[in-house]
Amino acid sequence: MLQRSRSSGGYVFYPRVAEPRTGNRDLEWVAASGDGIVHATTVVRRKPPEPAFNVALVQLAEGPRMMSRVEGVAPGEVRIGMAVKARIASADGKPLVVFDAQP
Amino acid sequence: MSQDKFPRGKTAIVASATYGMGEAPGLSSMDLAVSASLRALASAGLKPGDVDGLFIGLPDDFLSGLTFAEYLGITPQVTDNNRTGGSAFLTHCMWAALALEAGQCDVALVAYGSNQRSAAGGLVSAMRPSPYEAPYKLPRPVGAYALATSRYMHEYGLKREQLGAVAIAARQWAQLNPDAFLREPLGMHEYLASRLVSDPLSVRDCCLVTDGAAAIVMTRADRAKSLAQRPVYILGNAASTHHRDITSMPDLTTTAAAISGPRAMAQAGVTPKDIDVVEVYDAFTINTLLFLEDLGFCRKGEAGAFVEGGRIAPGGELPVNTNGGGLSCVHPGMYGLFTIVEAVQQLQGTAGARQVKDAKLALAHGNGGELSSQATMVLGTEETL
Repeated sequence: MLQRSRSSGGYVFYPRVAEPRTGNRDLEWVAASGDGIVHATTVVRRKPPEPAFNVALVQLAEGPRMMSRVEGVAPGEVRIGMAVKARIASADGKPLVVFDAQP
Repeated sequence: MSQDKFPRGKTAIVASATYGMGEAPGLSSMDLAVSASLRALASAGLKPGDVDGLFIGLPDDFLSGLTFAEYLGITPQVTDNNRTGGSAFLTHCMWAALALEAGQCDVALVAYGSNQRSAAGGLVSAMRPSPYEAPYKLPRPVGAYALATSRYMHEYGLKREQLGAVAIAARQWAQLNPDAFLREPLGMHEYLASRLVSDPLSVRDCCLVTDGAAAIVMTRADRAKSLAQRPVYILGNAASTHHRDITSMPDLTTTAAAISGPRAMAQAGVTPKDIDVVEVYDAFTINTLLFLEDLGFCRKGEAGAFVEGGRIAPGGELPVNTNGGGLSCVHPGMYGLFTIVEAVQQLQGTAGARQVKDAKLALAHGNGGELSSQATMVLGTEETL
């Protein structure tokens, strides 16, 4: 789900009480497509044997950008411009949005 | 934007000092800030009670202005704890200049100290974690700067050797600075072999974790001549902020320095080609590249080529980070004030083996958060008034 301003049609992420720039307070919750494009990516290295992992900024099809990670490929194989699809995973018992690389 | 009335050359830095550079065990951040402040005041023949404008930000004390006043038993009329990360001290100078010019205070002290290396062994941060980002475990700040670097590489084809040129130039300057923390030689082979932390950044792309303190004293220009042998005048000073977390940075390859820099230089009536020495907040090697572009020393996308061949190293065309920077000299968590101290030393001609010959105009630039908050100062000698 994403917030959207009824008057401007602009999407907002992270959730807040007003739309950035316009200050519009008429935000409603709408379903998100789950489609995104990798905008920036890094491989976080840790002391072995802890595995390296990916963190990416994903540009959502609706416009906003969010931080997440890309799964389904090795952390170092995540490429900027890659099409990705959101999925609800879980981490530490809580739901978490991650993205799967699209063929 | 309303008419910009920054008081060009109406205020000056009459003293600067550092204290506890590198490691200072047994002292609190406040002890260090007070020590640097007393050293700076003494060099201008001033006493703590002369300070009536106080500007300070410590890593571990959100009310540090109040604590500092209590610690030294002073009663400032202007007390400012403004926190915009490492750029805060350059905005402190902007407000100090305006307050001095408006007669709100007569002697302004800008102070900083941190014992993060001895006390914590890592970056001390009072940052509030975002609940939307914390679960992804990005190491901050390095991971945020790595994301920006990945985008820059994608858009402009940056090579790791070009980031390496930034780290090596900083180390070469540090070798000329007895106060610098890391002074052993750094070559490209060693740089490229250094351990990756958050791709594409390695440990040699990251700033130091040290202790250290700095302080400067400012007065109106008419009084400055009787206090300092060579006052350093503030010709321009401007700031801009456009986000906090890297995710919300509008364009990952252009910082708000593209706003603060041209404004500060317009106030000063100078252009980048007039600047003799440049001190930018190099928390990571990518910073130096982004700021050289955004401040107008080269065009967007060209900084990687610009720094090749030793152009910003000792002996190069454009001296950058002549103390060794946050990468090799000192980085106690918020480095901004050290850019000003080094600019002052260069313009006073007291920088020893690293002195840039005939330096008259210096630019100091601070960065806060995750490329979030930017502040630029243009400083000059009496000839530039």
